[in-house]
Amino acid sequence: MEHKEYKSINKSVRKKDAMQLLLGKPVYTEDIVPDNALVVKLLRSPHANAIVKTINTKAAKLVPGVVDVYTWEDVPQSRFTNAGQTYPEPSPYDRLIIDRHVRFSGDVVAIVAAENEKAASKAVSLIKVEYDVLEPVLDFRTAKDNKILVHPEDNWVAPCEVGGSNKRNLVASEENTHGDVDSVMADCDIVLDRTYHMKAYNQAMMETFRTYTTLDRYGRLHVISSTQIVFHVRRILSHALGIPKNMIRVEKPRIGGGFGAKQSAISEVYPAFVTIKTGRPAMIIFTREESQIAGSPRHEMEVRVKLGADKTGKIRVLDLYTLSNSGAYGEHGPTTVGLSGHKSIPMYTGSLEAFRFNFDVVYTNTMAAGAYRGYGATQGIFAVETTVNELAEMLNIDPTEIRNMNMLKEGMIMPAYYNELAAACALDKCLEHCKEMFEWDKKYPVRDMGNGKVRTAGMAMAMQGSSISNVDVGSATVKLTEDGTYMLLIGAADMGTGCDTILAQMVAECMDCSVDDVAVFGADTDASPYDSGSYASSTTYLTGKAVEKACAELKTKMCSIAADILGCDSEEMIFEEGLIRRINTEQTVSMREIGVKAQVSNTKSAESSVSHSSPVSPPPFMVGMVEIELDRLTGEVTIIDYMAVVDCGIPINPALARIQAEGGIVQGIGHTLMENVTNDASGRPIESSFMQYKVPTRLDMGNLKVEFEHSYEPTGPFGAKSIGEIVINTPGPALAHAIYRATGVWHRELPITPEQIAMTKSSKE
Amino acid sequence: MIEITINLNGKKISDRIEADTLLIDFLRSHNCLSVKRGCETTNCGLCTVLMDDTPILSCSMLAARAAGHTVYTLEGLQEEASSFVGFIADQGADQCGFCNPGFVMNTIALLRENPDPTDDEIRAFLAGNLCRCSGYEGQLRGIRNYLNSLKEQ
Repeated sequence: MEHKEYKSINKSVRKKDAMQLLLGKPVYTEDIVPDNALVVKLLRSPHANAIVKTINTKAAKLVPGVVDVYTWEDVPQSRFTNAGQTYPEPSPYDRLIIDRHVRFSGDVVAIVAAENEKAASKAVSLIKVEYDVLEPVLDFRTAKDNKILVHPEDNWVAPCEVGGSNKRNLVASEENTHGDVDSVMADCDIVLDRTYHMKAYNQAMMETFRTYTTLDRYGRLHVISSTQIVFHVRRILSHALGIPKNMIRVEKPRIGGGFGAKQSAISEVYPAFVTIKTGRPAMIIFTREESQIAGSPRHEMEVRVKLGADKTGKIRVLDLYTLSNSGAYGEHGPTTVGLSGHKSIPMYTGSLEAFRFNFDVVYTNTMAAGAYRGYGATQGIFAVETTVNELAEMLNIDPTEIRNMNMLKEGMIMPAYYNELAAACALDKCLEHCKEMFEWDKKYPVRDMGNGKVRTAGMAMAMQGSSISNVDVGSATVKLTEDGTYMLLIGAADMGTGCDTILAQMVAECMDCSVDDVAVFGADTDASPYDSGSYASSTTYLTGKAVEKACAELKTKMCSIAADILGCDSEEMIFEEGLIRRINTEQTVSMREIGVKAQVSNTKSAESSVSHSSPVSPPPFMVGMVEIELDRLTGEVTIIDYMAVVDCGIPINPALARIQAEGGIVQGIGHTLMENVTNDASGRPIESSFMQYKVPTRLDMGNLKVEFEHSYEPTGPFGAKSIGEIVINTPGPALAHAIYRATGVWHRELPITPEQIAMTKSSKE
Repeated sequence: MIEITINLNGKKISDRIEADTLLIDFLRSHNCLSVKRGCETTNCGLCTVLMDDTPILSCSMLAARAAGHTVYTLEGLQEEASSFVGFIADQGADQCGFCNPGFVMNTIALLRENPDPTDDEIRAFLAGNLCRCSGYEGQLRGIRNYLNSLKEQ
């Protein structure tokens, strides 16, 4: 189905907040905290696994300016989860605000509230703690059924049955099989059995975790936080603090990046607890070190892929086992792991006869993982795509050709993706387009540059989802004002992605007005309609559809008000070119007249609030290709060009979609070549600042080029699917492929640093 | 406590401060809230301001060291910034915006020093300004379009 010509859709409109942001206006959490707010600081455990034997806060409390110090004895004893997910949460209730048993180096031991930062810091340093230090479980490969339990407690609760058991260090476990995997595998000409390892990368959003809390004029807890999930934060705080949800209001100002980090309530509970205890405004600003060592990074995963193929390159069977490290707490553990199989295997629906996907998610005494753009798909795609590239290289088949032979095509049913239909899939077109744009045939061969350096290329495909099917709820409220302009209220959170603007573009398209005529407000649990929040690639697809439906409903209401004005039946009225017209007449009613009438002697509201949920989660698709230059002596990899073509249905705002893709690719480059997360032998994190945690600079990414192939997703607004997450998935496998071409070595652990390239090569020689 | 006087955004201001006050905290407490802290280790460039026309990282300079000097934050250079930031906005490269003030300040410094930079010169000058959202390419396109628009005039 072809896309129509639109007035506001598929247009590169400036973000509504662009000039505020570019001119440095005070729009973030820390910018709006009043001077009298208490500063909250946390004492964190240096030990990976320990029991607090004694804790003495006497000296800390005597520091001038210190208001109070709280320990495990002061907090409620019912467990909750920090994960921002739809109720009932799949993540286990395994946290306390402060636990006597600290479970990773960085876990919270005490909360200090003081009049100023200096006093708070001084007090933190004066708290005397005696620990009973226990042996930690640090290697996630040894965690399952280890005699050391990360969560030995008896009040550990799993609200959903996901195969977890705290007595086995197991957060979740599952087995899925389709077809006769073992006999197909036995019948294959070639079987590749490979294991891959990806680390617990930090989102490293520029604005660290932060929250401000106060009591409002009714004595309710008012939370202003840098969060992607205002409604989930309300529920999490209600659970953690034991206060009713209607006594909590959560809103977000502008957010300095999230990428999933802020889909968990990492910082909210501490100032909220202080405000409840003291009645005073309080704020916490995580340092970069705290964000690095006690944030909510990607789940470290080891993915074992068994791929069976015939000698022509037909991929007949895939067997995946993923071991995921949830760290000390189970946030997003049961759900991220699923994507490692569900969003990698279906790409080969075209040829697969059978597949198996089993997984275990384990607890260890390391930083708790959370949600990070890609959410498990990134790890699974790295493993599967690298194995497919290896198959192609082994059989001497062009890797683009082996994809053409095996890939998912539009109209196919995807058994590995909940039997969903690929109603909109331009993956084949993305490959063809990218191959041509990139000049694959020219760049793929290994070219010796004559100076110790070689150039070559690698590629990968990717998919993701659009919202969580049958779970997520997106909502929109559209209101007409008396001058004929519109207000759009949402509970989704624009964290820089531009969703406020693209949702306004949808209102403008539906109501036949300009984007400037639509003001957007969000997100605030008191004012916004319920929305799961901005995660799982859901906002454009799900909240967007809610916007479309709210506009349709509002038009019906406006027709009815217009009919009252003209004294006729509302059936006679139609919405046409931004006016309401009486059929077969020249009589029209303007939006302004309806807006005014709505406020005078009127019983019909000129506003609509609609919720939407989807039974499917249509995948966007993408192909990425990279050309590198590799220095054979030093192992240094320089990216020359990174090109990608994305099928997100239709980009509602091509400029913003393109930036999403470019930003995601550069994050993926960082994960593949430089970012790392490691601990020392006692479990203390090494990469605790940007000195050690190397985020790509603008000198590290080469030339980027992103283009689009359109498809039409019938369940999405204007045919749109998602884009936010998929874009991080191709750099890992594409770069590993190019590095193999240049060196003859497959690197199956990320990051692939120059040292590793140089060392692996020399050990071979 | 020590007393310092700084020429901040064209106005002389005097204040009594603790000797260990960092310039970033001094600036934020004087309502220059565009100045952002991103890393505390001089790796991100978010806190970039101009001291005597030179870009510096205000997170790692004592306020006392700025005494007697001229400091500009984005609050004081709105007009100069407005001449080009719209081109960044047209690319959607503002994204979350948290790195924008430091990036814009350093771009001002770049364009004052080198009004007609090449792409590689832009990349090199701004290398210390991290951005986790945009992938940098959109920022470059924005600056390039601005420079091209000057040539067309």
